[in-house]
Amino acid sequence: MDEQRVVQVHLENISKSFVSRKTIFEAVNHVTIDVYKNEFLVLLGPGQCGKTVLLNMVSGLETPTDGKVEFLNSDSTDVGFVFQKTAVFPWKTVMENVELPLELKGVPKEERRKRAQYLIELVGLKGFENALPKQLSGGMKQRVGIARAYCNNPQVLLMDEPFGALDAQTRYQMEEEILRIWEQEKRTVIFVTNNIEEAVYLADRIIVLSKCPATVKEVYDISLPRPRDYVDPEFLRIREAIEANTDLAL
Amino acid sequence: MSNNTTKLPDGVADSIKIEVAARKKESRQLLLISIISVAIFLFLWEFAVRIGWIDSKHLSAPTTIVETFIMKLSDPNPEGGVLGTHIATSLGLVLVGYGAAVVIGVPLGLLMGYYHTFDKLVSPIFEIVRPIPPIAWIPLSIIWLGIGTTAKAFIIFLAAFVPCVINSYTGVKLTPAVYLNVAKTSGASTWEMFWTVSKNYAMPLVFTGVQVALGNAWSTLVAAEMLAAIAGLGYMIQQGRLLARPDIIIVGMLTIGVIGAILTFLLSKLENHIVKWRSRS
Ligand SMILES: Nc1ncnc2c1ncn2[C@@H]1O[C@H](COP(=O)(O)OP(=O)(O)OP(=O)(O)O)[C@@H](O)[C@H]1O
Ligand SMILES: [Mg+2]
Repeated sequence: MDEQRVVQVHLENISKSFVSRKTIFEAVNHVTIDVYKNEFLVLLGPGQCGKTVLLNMVSGLETPTDGKVEFLNSDSTDVGFVFQKTAVFPWKTVMENVELPLELKGVPKEERRKRAQYLIELVGLKGFENALPKQLSGGMKQRVGIARAYCNNPQVLLMDEPFGALDAQTRYQMEEEILRIWEQEKRTVIFVTNNIEEAVYLADRIIVLSKCPATVKEVYDISLPRPRDYVDPEFLRIREAIEANTDLAL
Repeated sequence: MSNNTTKLPDGVADSIKIEVAARKKESRQLLLISIISVAIFLFLWEFAVRIGWIDSKHLSAPTTIVETFIMKLSDPNPEGGVLGTHIATSLGLVLVGYGAAVVIGVPLGLLMGYYHTFDKLVSPIFEIVRPIPPIAWIPLSIIWLGIGTTAKAFIIFLAAFVPCVINSYTGVKLTPAVYLNVAKTSGASTWEMFWTVSKNYAMPLVFTGVQVALGNAWSTLVAAEMLAAIAGLGYMIQQGRLLARPDIIIVGMLTIGVIGAILTFLLSKLENHIVKWRSRS
């Protein structure tokens, strides 16, 4: 990145263990990360390594057993969360799903509808405002999830393998879309995946996590210009370099 | 032109047409078979009673039952009320007992499912009460409430209450964690998480419970009306027995069946309206 990097979220040596009756299970182990304002940060790690737990701590859904999460240079700790499993409420229409965060804040209907309408159009769902989730495909549901994450205008967006459950074709399409949306509405994004190709396609910066318990293994700055090409030699070179250096038991 | 098979090649279109026609014919034949079987059954029944194979003191002929039904629409004899009065009395009773069970049981179950402390507070008592069949409450209800409407409504209430609570409870308990997390990260308070997520997620199961409860309530009616009563469908069939009038009993039984089916149908209409978001797969 050319401009001066401003830290937005600081993870200070955070760890998380789950204590059950007899055992202590370490999911995240001494992770320190600086997340820069408006960067597209990808956390790349093998399955079951503690990626979701890490994001949950950033969002405040879970508290670290050790260390702390700090939001800097902004007075809000609001985050938008796009979940790994499609988490669109089946009893709400697209519009009602997207406006939920503002509804919970008590924003008057007219105002929140305006915002939701803008976001629905941004994610390419114009015309589906009153559709119920059962009428939508998997990719469209994740679009709803993305619009909702943007809704109350958080500075930080957390995306937990949002395209993991989609077929390859839809996945490529959504990767393109998420960059388009992010270019238009710049936010700090922490995007989790176990897919190296996806990571290289999307990221400004990739942080590779180890197997459970998650620790930071490697950091890569990806300065390839966008739009990137999956078969561009430079793209492949970076991809292979990461592959050689990491052990993603996929 | 406006034929919906125009896009298909001629041969295919024809074969489809033939198949559709064949299927229609088949379903018409099946319907006919059903009608014939019912007709034969009714005919044999009528015949057996007429020629005395079956004592008409034990079982009335179908035609007699139809006559009694028509008569009961306007004649309060022999047991003291026209059919309409019996229906109104029974419906009133069921609606009070059942209505109370839904209004109290559903919110109770939902909250027990959501608030752990509340669950621990209420469920021991509930678990003890739950396996007791509603009819076993009749003697106590008479001691407490006499033999009037209240006692009967109370027994119907108990019959309907248990499934309302259990299903609502289970529905909330099954709420996927990810839905709760969505609400939480969207800024919902604990109560808002319940109200926007768990309550809605539980709705299909709540309706299952409410349907089961209706069945229970309606079938407990007869037992409840066997407590001293002066009207009601249960009372009607009970009197039919005392008067040795099987036709009255059967008219009462069929009315109970038909009204039960109508209530179930209406409730499922309401259900389809409220949980129309549910995807049936
Ligand atoms: N609340 C919890 N209690 C106990 N163990 C937990 C809890 N949450 C997560 N874990 C454990 O922590 C480990 C990491 O879980 P996590 O969901 O973060 O992995 P992940 O990297 O997101 O995996 P995936 O790629 O499958 O999404 C898992 O072994 C999981 O069983
Ligand atoms: Mg995960």
